[in-house]
Amino acid sequence: MTVRVQKQNFDAGYEIRRLSDGGANIGGVCSFIGLVRDSNTDGFIKAMTLEHYPGMTEKQLGEIDVEANRRWQLDDSLIIHRYGRLIPGDQIVLVITASAHRKDAFESCEFLVDWLKTKAPFWKNEETGKGKKWVQAKKSDDIAAGRWQK
Amino acid sequence: MRILYFAHFREKVNIAEEDIGIPDGVIDVKTLIDWLINRNIGFANAFSDLEHVRVAVNQEHVELNMPLKMDDEVAFFPPMTGG
Repeated sequence: MTVRVQKQNFDAGYEIRRLSDGGANIGGVCSFIGLVRDSNTDGFIKAMTLEHYPGMTEKQLGEIDVEANRRWQLDDSLIIHRYGRLIPGDQIVLVITASAHRKDAFESCEFLVDWLKTKAPFWKNEETGKGKKWVQAKKSDDIAAGRWQK
Repeated sequence: MRILYFAHFREKVNIAEEDIGIPDGVIDVKTLIDWLINRNIGFANAFSDLEHVRVAVNQEHVELNMPLKMDDEVAFFPPMTGG
């Protein structure tokens, strides 16, 4: 279980290899990478700045990681979330889960992505041709996270 | 207590963080917001729609009826948009 909040980029291949080498019991590794897109409903996006709440971010990501490990049989997991100014194509977030079985790896990976969107204190500010604007939270994200409520 | 403001809250109230004593009449997050709104138009604007106010006390998400203590760290921010 590792949580990292950082400005610098990450190498998903390296991180997956590092986790996979963790033990012979690992039968499957699932990963998700979130990227900056180049457009939204307002048009072209030049850049996006991610602000966060240092301290609380790590705490909340740690808590959802604990929750994922409570719900599924995981051998290891990793969450890396970046902050600062990013441009289209840049990587934002990496979630990796490793388990003996694929179902645990798939489901926990999706759970972690859904929950970090609604629990981790990050805010996106987009730069478009019309200036800078805070991204509004999406109802669909709340619904996606709500699926895991129990 | 320490109060932190993030994203559009910081821009509207024009401060990132401040330390204040607990004002008279403030017992929970809701009464703190009522007190902040009376400061100036920036605060009134920031808290005009409570549906879009998210609050953390000591880095945990809480509701508006969360009681406050002198040494609490209170943070105000909009719904999160990470991931």
